[in-house]
Amino acid sequence: MRVKELSEALGVEPIQPDFEDAEILGGYTSDLLSDVMAHATSGSVLITIQAHKNTVAVASLVGIPAIILANGRPVPEDMVEAAQKEGIAIFRSQETQFVLSGKLYTLLTSSQ
Amino acid sequence: MSGTIPLNTQESPPFLLDLIYRLKVKDVMTKEVITARKETPLRQIQRIMKEKWITGVPITDEEGKRIFGIISMDDIIRALDGGYIEDPAERWMSRNLIVLEEDMPLQFAISYLDKFRYGRFPVLNKDRELVGIITSRDIIVALLVEANKEVEKLEQRIVQPPSRPGEEAWLLYHVRKYDFENAGKASAGLKKLLMERNLDPKTLRRVSVAAYELEMNLVVHSDGGTLSFRIGKDRVEIEAKDKGPGIADVEKAMEEGFSTANEWIRSLGFGAGMGLPNAKRVSDEFTIDSKLGEGTTVRVVIYISPSSPS
Repeated sequence: MRVKELSEALGVEPIQPDFEDAEILGGYTSDLLSDVMAHATSGSVLITIQAHKNTVAVASLVGIPAIILANGRPVPEDMVEAAQKEGIAIFRSQETQFVLSGKLYTLLTSSQ
Repeated sequence: MSGTIPLNTQESPPFLLDLIYRLKVKDVMTKEVITARKETPLRQIQRIMKEKWITGVPITDEEGKRIFGIISMDDIIRALDGGYIEDPAERWMSRNLIVLEEDMPLQFAISYLDKFRYGRFPVLNKDRELVGIITSRDIIVALLVEANKEVEKLEQRIVQPPSRPGEEAWLLYHVRKYDFENAGKASAGLKKLLMERNLDPKTLRRVSVAAYELEMNLVVHSDGGTLSFRIGKDRVEIEAKDKGPGIADVEKAMEEGFSTANEWIRSLGFGAGMGLPNAKRVSDEFTIDSKLGEGTTVRVVIYISPSSPS
Protein backbone atom coordinates (compact mmCIF):
# COMPACT_ATOMS: atom_id res chain seq x y z
CA MET A 1 0.00 0.00 0.00
CA ARG A 2 1.29 3.45 -0.90
CA VAL A 3 1.06 6.73 1.01
CA LYS A 4 -1.80 8.22 -0.99
CA GLU A 5 -4.00 5.14 -0.86
CA LEU A 6 -3.30 4.70 2.82
CA SER A 7 -4.15 8.30 3.68
CA GLU A 8 -7.46 7.97 1.85
CA ALA A 9 -8.27 4.75 3.67
CA LEU A 10 -7.50 6.41 7.02
CA GLY A 11 -9.46 9.53 6.08
CA VAL A 12 -6.72 11.88 7.24
CA GLU A 13 -6.46 15.49 6.13
CA PRO A 14 -3.59 16.23 3.70
CA ILE A 15 -1.42 19.07 5.00
CA GLN A 16 1.64 18.66 2.82
CA PRO A 17 0.50 16.96 -0.39
CA ASP A 18 3.74 17.36 -2.33
CA PHE A 19 5.36 13.99 -1.61
CA GLU A 20 6.81 10.89 -3.13
CA ASP A 21 4.09 8.22 -3.14
CA ALA A 22 6.28 5.58 -1.49
CA GLU A 23 5.36 2.06 -0.45
CA ILE A 24 4.42 1.87 3.24
CA LEU A 25 6.20 -0.94 5.05
CA GLY A 26 5.06 -0.34 8.60
CA GLY A 27 4.08 2.15 11.24
CA TYR A 28 5.50 3.70 14.38
CA THR A 29 3.79 5.71 17.08
CA SER A 30 5.87 7.88 19.38
CA ASP A 31 6.41 11.43 20.60
CA LEU A 32 10.00 10.88 21.66
CA LEU A 33 12.18 11.74 18.73
CA SER A 34 15.12 9.75 20.08
CA ASP A 35 12.85 6.76 20.32
CA VAL A 36 11.72 7.26 16.72
CA MET A 37 15.35 7.57 15.73
CA ALA A 38 16.24 4.35 17.51
CA HIS A 39 13.31 2.09 16.70
CA ALA A 40 11.21 3.28 13.76
CA THR A 41 12.02 1.38 10.61
CA SER A 42 12.58 2.90 7.21
CA GLY A 43 9.40 3.13 5.12
CA SER A 44 7.15 3.46 8.17
CA VAL A 45 4.38 5.97 8.75
CA LEU A 46 4.99 8.02 11.89
CA ILE A 47 2.01 8.79 14.12
CA THR A 48 2.87 11.57 16.55
CA ILE A 49 1.74 14.78 18.21
CA GLN A 50 5.13 16.45 17.69
CA ALA A 51 4.03 19.07 15.18
CA HIS A 52 7.29 20.90 14.52
CA LYS A 53 10.05 20.79 11.99
CA ASN A 54 12.46 18.71 14.06
CA THR A 55 10.08 15.80 13.49
CA VAL A 56 10.68 16.24 9.76
CA ALA A 57 14.44 16.14 10.32
CA VAL A 58 14.12 12.85 12.18
CA ALA A 59 11.74 11.43 9.57
CA SER A 60 14.17 12.32 6.84
CA LEU A 61 17.11 10.67 8.63
CA VAL A 62 15.12 7.52 9.38
CA GLY A 63 13.50 7.32 5.94
CA ILE A 64 9.92 7.93 7.00
CA PRO A 65 7.79 8.92 3.99
CA ALA A 66 4.70 10.15 5.86
CA ILE A 67 3.86 11.78 9.18
CA ILE A 68 0.36 11.72 10.66
CA LEU A 69 -0.29 14.33 13.33
CA ALA A 70 -2.90 13.17 15.81
CA ASN A 71 -5.42 15.09 17.95
CA GLY A 72 -5.81 17.80 15.28
CA ARG A 73 -2.58 19.53 16.30
CA PRO A 74 -1.94 22.85 14.57
CA VAL A 75 0.88 22.58 12.04
CA PRO A 76 3.44 25.39 11.81
CA GLU A 77 4.28 26.67 8.35
CA ASP A 78 8.01 25.97 8.66
CA MET A 79 7.25 22.30 9.33
CA VAL A 80 5.24 22.11 6.10
CA GLU A 81 8.02 23.83 4.18
CA ALA A 82 10.67 21.50 5.59
CA ALA A 83 8.57 18.46 4.69
CA GLN A 84 7.97 19.74 1.20
CA LYS A 85 11.70 20.15 0.71
CA GLU A 86 12.25 16.57 1.82
CA GLY A 87 9.28 15.17 -0.12
CA ILE A 88 7.71 13.88 3.10
CA ALA A 89 3.92 13.79 3.37
CA ILE A 90 2.13 15.34 6.35
CA PHE A 91 -1.43 14.43 7.29
CA ARG A 92 -3.56 15.48 10.21
CA SER A 93 -6.34 13.71 12.02
CA GLN A 94 -8.71 14.65 14.83
CA GLU A 95 -8.36 11.12 16.16
CA THR A 96 -6.02 9.97 18.91
CA GLN A 97 -2.73 8.17 18.39
CA PHE A 98 -4.32 5.01 19.80
CA VAL A 99 -7.19 4.98 17.30
CA LEU A 100 -4.97 5.91 14.36
CA SER A 101 -2.44 3.23 15.25
CA GLY A 102 -5.19 0.64 15.46
CA LYS A 103 -6.59 1.57 12.07
CA LEU A 104 -3.15 1.64 10.49
CA TYR A 105 -2.28 -1.74 11.95
CA THR A 106 -5.48 -3.27 10.61
CA LEU A 107 -4.93 -1.77 7.17
CA LEU A 108 -1.34 -2.92 6.91
CA THR A 109 -1.92 -6.46 8.20
CA SER A 110 -5.03 -7.05 6.11
CA SER A 111 -3.42 -5.80 2.91
CA GLN A 112 -0.60 -8.32 3.16
CA MET B 1 39.10 62.30 10.35
CA SER B 2 41.56 60.15 8.47
CA GLY B 3 41.63 59.35 4.79
CA THR B 4 39.09 57.48 2.79
CA ILE B 5 36.87 54.56 3.66
CA PRO B 6 39.11 51.53 3.09
CA LEU B 7 36.45 49.47 1.40
CA ASN B 8 36.41 50.51 -2.18
CA THR B 9 39.92 49.54 -3.16
CA GLN B 10 41.49 46.94 -5.36
CA GLU B 11 42.94 45.29 -2.24
CA SER B 12 39.49 44.66 -0.76
CA PRO B 13 38.34 41.05 -0.77
CA PRO B 14 36.41 40.12 -3.92
CA PHE B 15 33.42 39.28 -1.74
CA LEU B 16 33.22 42.84 -0.45
CA LEU B 17 33.71 44.41 -3.86
CA ASP B 18 31.11 42.13 -5.30
CA LEU B 19 28.77 43.09 -2.50
CA ILE B 20 29.05 46.86 -2.82
CA TYR B 21 28.44 46.64 -6.56
CA ARG B 22 25.64 44.09 -6.23
CA LEU B 23 23.65 45.97 -3.58
CA LYS B 24 21.77 48.98 -4.85
CA VAL B 25 21.27 52.23 -3.01
CA LYS B 26 17.57 51.43 -2.75
CA ASP B 27 18.33 48.12 -0.98
CA VAL B 28 20.16 49.94 1.78
CA MET B 29 18.54 53.37 2.15
CA THR B 30 15.94 54.35 4.73
CA LYS B 31 12.66 54.58 2.90
CA GLU B 32 10.57 56.51 5.42
CA VAL B 33 12.03 59.95 5.00
CA ILE B 34 11.12 62.61 7.52
CA THR B 35 10.79 65.92 5.69
CA ALA B 36 9.91 69.53 6.45
CA ARG B 37 8.49 72.41 4.39
CA LYS B 38 10.20 75.57 3.20
CA GLU B 39 8.36 77.64 5.80
CA THR B 40 9.08 75.28 8.71
CA PRO B 41 11.04 77.16 11.42
CA LEU B 42 14.52 75.80 12.15
CA ARG B 43 13.47 75.44 15.80
CA GLN B 44 10.86 72.89 14.78
CA ILE B 45 13.35 71.01 12.62
CA GLN B 46 15.70 70.85 15.60
CA ARG B 47 12.89 69.23 17.60
CA ILE B 48 12.21 66.75 14.82
CA MET B 49 15.89 65.78 14.76
CA LYS B 50 15.91 65.24 18.49
CA GLU B 51 12.72 63.19 18.53
CA LYS B 52 13.54 61.04 15.51
CA TRP B 53 17.26 60.67 16.17
CA ILE B 54 18.23 62.01 12.77
CA THR B 55 20.86 64.48 11.64
CA GLY B 56 19.40 65.80 8.39
CA VAL B 57 15.94 66.80 7.20
CA PRO B 58 15.15 67.28 3.49
CA ILE B 59 12.99 70.30 2.68
CA THR B 60 10.30 69.25 0.22
CA ASP B 61 6.86 70.02 -1.17
CA GLU B 62 3.73 68.87 0.67
CA GLU B 63 3.88 65.36 -0.83
CA GLY B 64 7.49 64.96 0.23
CA LYS B 65 8.42 64.22 -3.37
CA ARG B 66 10.09 67.29 -4.74
CA ILE B 67 13.22 68.23 -2.83
CA PHE B 68 14.37 71.84 -2.57
CA GLY B 69 17.15 71.60 -0.04
CA ILE B 70 18.31 70.01 3.18
CA ILE B 71 18.83 71.20 6.74
CA SER B 72 21.56 69.37 8.62
CA MET B 73 22.60 69.35 12.26
CA ASP B 74 25.39 71.75 11.28
CA ASP B 75 22.84 74.28 9.99
CA ILE B 76 20.97 74.04 13.29
CA ILE B 77 24.11 74.60 15.35
CA ARG B 78 24.96 77.63 13.22
CA ALA B 79 21.40 78.95 13.63
CA LEU B 80 21.58 78.61 17.41
CA ASP B 81 24.96 80.28 17.38
CA GLY B 82 23.82 83.08 15.08
CA GLY B 83 20.50 83.61 16.84
CA TYR B 84 18.24 82.88 13.88
CA ILE B 85 16.75 79.56 15.01
CA GLU B 86 13.19 80.91 14.48
CA ASP B 87 13.85 81.58 10.77
CA PRO B 88 12.12 79.45 8.13
CA ALA B 89 14.13 76.57 6.66
CA GLU B 90 14.09 78.06 3.18
CA ARG B 91 16.42 80.86 4.18
CA TRP B 92 19.28 78.69 5.41
CA MET B 93 18.93 75.28 3.76
CA SER B 94 21.70 73.91 1.54
CA ARG B 95 20.49 74.19 -2.02
CA ASN B 96 23.31 72.67 -4.00
CA LEU B 97 22.35 69.14 -3.18
CA ILE B 98 24.37 66.05 -3.79
CA VAL B 99 21.88 63.29 -4.46
CA LEU B 100 22.06 59.62 -5.35
CA GLU B 101 19.81 57.67 -7.66
CA GLU B 102 18.07 54.63 -6.25
CA ASP B 103 19.42 52.25 -8.88
CA MET B 104 23.07 53.19 -8.37
CA PRO B 105 25.25 50.52 -6.79
CA LEU B 106 26.03 50.96 -3.12
CA GLN B 107 29.62 51.63 -4.11
CA PHE B 108 28.48 55.11 -5.30
CA ALA B 109 27.13 55.95 -1.86
CA ILE B 110 30.39 54.85 -0.22
CA SER B 111 32.49 56.90 -2.59
CA TYR B 112 30.17 59.92 -2.17
CA LEU B 113 30.66 59.73 1.59
CA ASP B 114 34.37 59.88 0.84
CA LYS B 115 34.23 62.67 -1.70
CA PHE B 116 31.76 64.95 -0.01
CA ARG B 117 31.79 65.72 3.66
CA TYR B 118 28.11 65.04 4.16
CA GLY B 119 26.70 62.49 6.54
CA ARG B 120 23.69 61.68 4.38
CA PHE B 121 22.48 61.80 0.83
CA PRO B 122 18.90 62.11 -0.40
CA VAL B 123 17.98 59.37 -2.88
CA LEU B 124 15.85 60.12 -5.94
CA ASN B 125 14.10 57.88 -8.43
CA LYS B 126 14.15 58.27 -12.21
CA ASP B 127 11.45 60.93 -12.03
CA ARG B 128 13.62 62.95 -9.64
CA GLU B 129 11.27 62.26 -6.76
CA LEU B 130 12.61 61.80 -3.24
CA VAL B 131 12.32 58.08 -2.33
CA GLY B 132 14.79 57.68 0.51
CA ILE B 133 17.81 58.87 2.41
CA ILE B 134 21.07 57.04 2.98
CA THR B 135 23.50 57.55 5.85
CA SER B 136 26.76 55.89 6.78
CA ARG B 137 24.79 54.03 9.45
CA ASP B 138 22.51 52.48 6.81
CA ILE B 139 25.60 51.35 4.92
CA ILE B 140 27.29 49.91 8.00
CA VAL B 141 24.17 47.96 8.94
CA ALA B 142 23.71 46.59 5.42
CA LEU B 143 27.34 45.54 5.13
CA LEU B 144 27.30 43.88 8.55
CA VAL B 145 24.14 41.97 7.75
CA GLU B 146 25.54 40.74 4.46
CA ALA B 147 28.96 39.95 5.93
CA ASN B 148 27.32 38.01 8.76
CA LYS B 149 25.37 35.95 6.29
CA GLU B 150 28.59 35.11 4.52
CA VAL B 151 30.43 34.26 7.73
CA GLU B 152 27.56 32.03 8.77
CA LYS B 153 27.75 30.22 5.46
CA LEU B 154 31.49 29.72 5.91
CA GLU B 155 31.11 28.45 9.45
CA GLN B 156 28.25 26.10 8.74
CA ARG B 157 29.43 24.82 5.45
CA ILE B 158 31.95 22.29 4.58
CA VAL B 159 35.48 23.26 5.50
CA GLN B 160 36.98 21.08 2.84
CA PRO B 161 35.15 20.42 -0.38
CA PRO B 162 33.48 17.01 -0.29
CA SER B 163 35.74 14.64 -2.07
CA ARG B 164 34.85 11.95 -4.52
CA PRO B 165 33.69 8.53 -3.31
CA GLY B 166 36.64 6.53 -2.07
CA GLU B 167 38.56 9.62 -0.99
CA GLU B 168 38.65 10.89 2.56
CA ALA B 169 36.38 13.76 3.41
CA TRP B 170 35.59 15.78 6.45
CA LEU B 171 32.83 18.11 7.43
CA LEU B 172 32.65 20.60 10.24
CA TYR B 173 29.49 22.20 11.57
CA HIS B 174 29.00 24.77 14.29
CA VAL B 175 26.03 24.00 16.47
CA ARG B 176 24.42 26.60 18.72
CA LYS B 177 22.64 26.12 22.01
CA TYR B 178 18.84 25.88 21.67
CA ASP B 179 19.02 26.37 17.90
CA PHE B 180 16.12 24.06 17.11
CA GLU B 181 15.69 25.90 13.81
CA ASN B 182 18.84 24.41 12.32
CA ALA B 183 18.96 21.25 14.39
CA GLY B 184 19.50 18.20 12.22
CA LYS B 185 21.21 20.04 9.38
CA ALA B 186 24.64 18.67 10.17
CA SER B 187 23.39 15.08 10.32
CA ALA B 188 21.45 15.60 7.10
CA GLY B 189 24.62 16.91 5.45
CA LEU B 190 26.54 13.83 6.53
CA LYS B 191 23.78 11.50 5.37
CA LYS B 192 23.70 13.13 1.95
CA LEU B 193 27.43 12.74 1.53
CA LEU B 194 27.28 9.08 2.59
CA MET B 195 24.38 8.35 0.27
CA GLU B 196 26.51 9.58 -2.61
CA ARG B 197 28.98 6.93 -1.54
CA ASN B 198 26.43 4.11 -1.70
CA LEU B 199 26.76 3.15 1.93
CA ASP B 200 24.54 0.20 2.81
CA PRO B 201 21.23 1.30 4.43
CA LYS B 202 21.88 -0.38 7.79
CA THR B 203 25.21 1.31 8.34
CA LEU B 204 23.82 4.57 7.03
CA ARG B 205 21.09 4.34 9.63
CA ARG B 206 23.60 3.75 12.42
CA VAL B 207 25.71 6.70 11.36
CA SER B 208 22.58 8.88 11.12
CA VAL B 209 21.43 7.91 14.60
CA ALA B 210 24.82 8.64 16.17
CA ALA B 211 25.23 11.93 14.30
CA TYR B 212 21.72 13.13 15.09
CA GLU B 213 21.85 12.22 18.76
CA LEU B 214 25.18 13.97 19.23
CA GLU B 215 23.94 16.98 17.27
CA MET B 216 20.81 17.22 19.41
CA ASN B 217 22.90 16.85 22.56
CA LEU B 218 24.84 19.94 21.51
CA VAL B 219 21.59 21.82 20.87
CA VAL B 220 19.83 20.70 24.03
CA HIS B 221 22.57 20.43 26.65
CA SER B 222 25.71 22.28 25.60
CA ASP B 223 26.65 25.94 25.46
CA GLY B 224 27.34 25.35 21.78
CA GLY B 225 30.09 23.50 20.03
CA THR B 226 31.22 21.79 16.90
CA LEU B 227 30.25 18.58 15.20
CA SER B 228 32.83 17.13 12.88
CA PHE B 229 32.61 14.15 10.60
CA ARG B 230 35.53 12.36 9.09
CA ILE B 231 34.76 9.86 6.41
CA GLY B 232 37.55 7.43 5.70
CA LYS B 233 37.74 4.36 3.51
CA ASP B 234 36.64 1.96 6.22
CA ARG B 235 35.23 4.18 8.97
CA VAL B 236 33.17 7.22 9.79
CA GLU B 237 34.32 9.24 12.77
CA ILE B 238 32.02 11.65 14.52
CA GLU B 239 33.24 14.09 17.10
CA ALA B 240 30.98 16.35 19.14
CA LYS B 241 32.95 18.90 21.08
CA ASP B 242 31.32 21.57 23.21
CA LYS B 243 32.34 24.58 25.25
CA GLY B 244 30.54 23.50 28.38
CA PRO B 245 29.00 23.11 30.83
CA GLY B 246 30.34 19.57 31.24
CA ILE B 247 28.60 16.53 32.69
CA ALA B 248 28.53 16.07 36.46
CA ASP B 249 28.16 12.29 36.39
CA VAL B 250 29.09 10.69 33.08
CA GLU B 251 28.10 7.20 34.21
CA LYS B 252 24.61 8.43 35.06
CA ALA B 253 24.38 10.32 31.76
CA MET B 254 25.00 7.06 29.94
CA GLU B 255 22.01 5.41 31.65
CA GLU B 256 18.93 5.10 29.50
CA GLY B 257 16.18 7.39 30.75
CA PHE B 258 18.40 9.67 32.81
CA SER B 259 18.07 13.24 31.65
CA THR B 260 18.72 16.76 32.88
CA ALA B 261 16.58 18.36 30.15
CA ASN B 262 13.98 20.88 31.22
CA GLU B 263 10.25 20.77 30.68
CA TRP B 264 9.94 22.73 27.43
CA ILE B 265 12.70 20.72 25.79
CA ARG B 266 10.90 17.51 26.75
CA SER B 267 7.68 18.86 25.32
CA LEU B 268 9.42 19.06 21.94
CA GLY B 269 10.18 15.35 22.12
CA PHE B 270 13.80 15.68 23.20
CA GLY B 271 15.59 15.10 26.46
CA ALA B 272 14.21 11.63 27.10
CA GLY B 273 17.56 10.36 28.28
CA MET B 274 18.14 8.25 25.22
CA GLY B 275 20.64 10.34 23.29
CA LEU B 276 23.96 9.04 24.58
CA PRO B 277 22.77 5.42 25.02
CA ASN B 278 21.41 5.46 21.45
CA ALA B 279 24.65 6.85 20.10
CA LYS B 280 26.68 4.26 21.96
CA ARG B 281 24.47 1.39 20.87
CA VAL B 282 25.03 2.10 17.17
CA SER B 283 28.78 2.74 17.53
CA ASP B 284 31.72 0.42 17.05
CA GLU B 285 33.89 2.70 19.17
CA PHE B 286 32.56 5.18 21.69
CA THR B 287 34.44 7.46 24.06
CA ILE B 288 33.25 10.33 26.19
CA ASP B 289 35.37 12.84 28.07
CA SER B 290 33.78 15.48 30.20
CA LYS B 291 34.93 17.97 32.74
CA LEU B 292 32.44 19.97 34.71
CA GLY B 293 32.86 23.65 33.98
CA GLU B 294 34.92 22.97 30.88
CA GLY B 295 33.09 20.84 28.37
CA THR B 296 32.43 17.50 26.81
CA THR B 297 33.89 15.65 23.87
CA VAL B 298 32.20 12.57 22.48
CA ARG B 299 33.92 10.48 19.81
CA VAL B 300 32.15 7.82 17.85
CA VAL B 301 33.55 5.52 15.21
CA ILE B 302 31.43 3.38 12.92
CA TYR B 303 33.11 0.91 10.60
CA ILE B 304 32.01 0.90 7.02
CA SER B 305 32.84 -1.54 4.28
CA PRO B 306 34.75 0.09 1.44
CA SER B 307 32.14 1.37 -0.99
CA SER B 308 31.91 -0.22 -4.36
CA PRO B 309 32.41 2.16 -7.26
CA SER B 310 29.08 3.51 -8.44
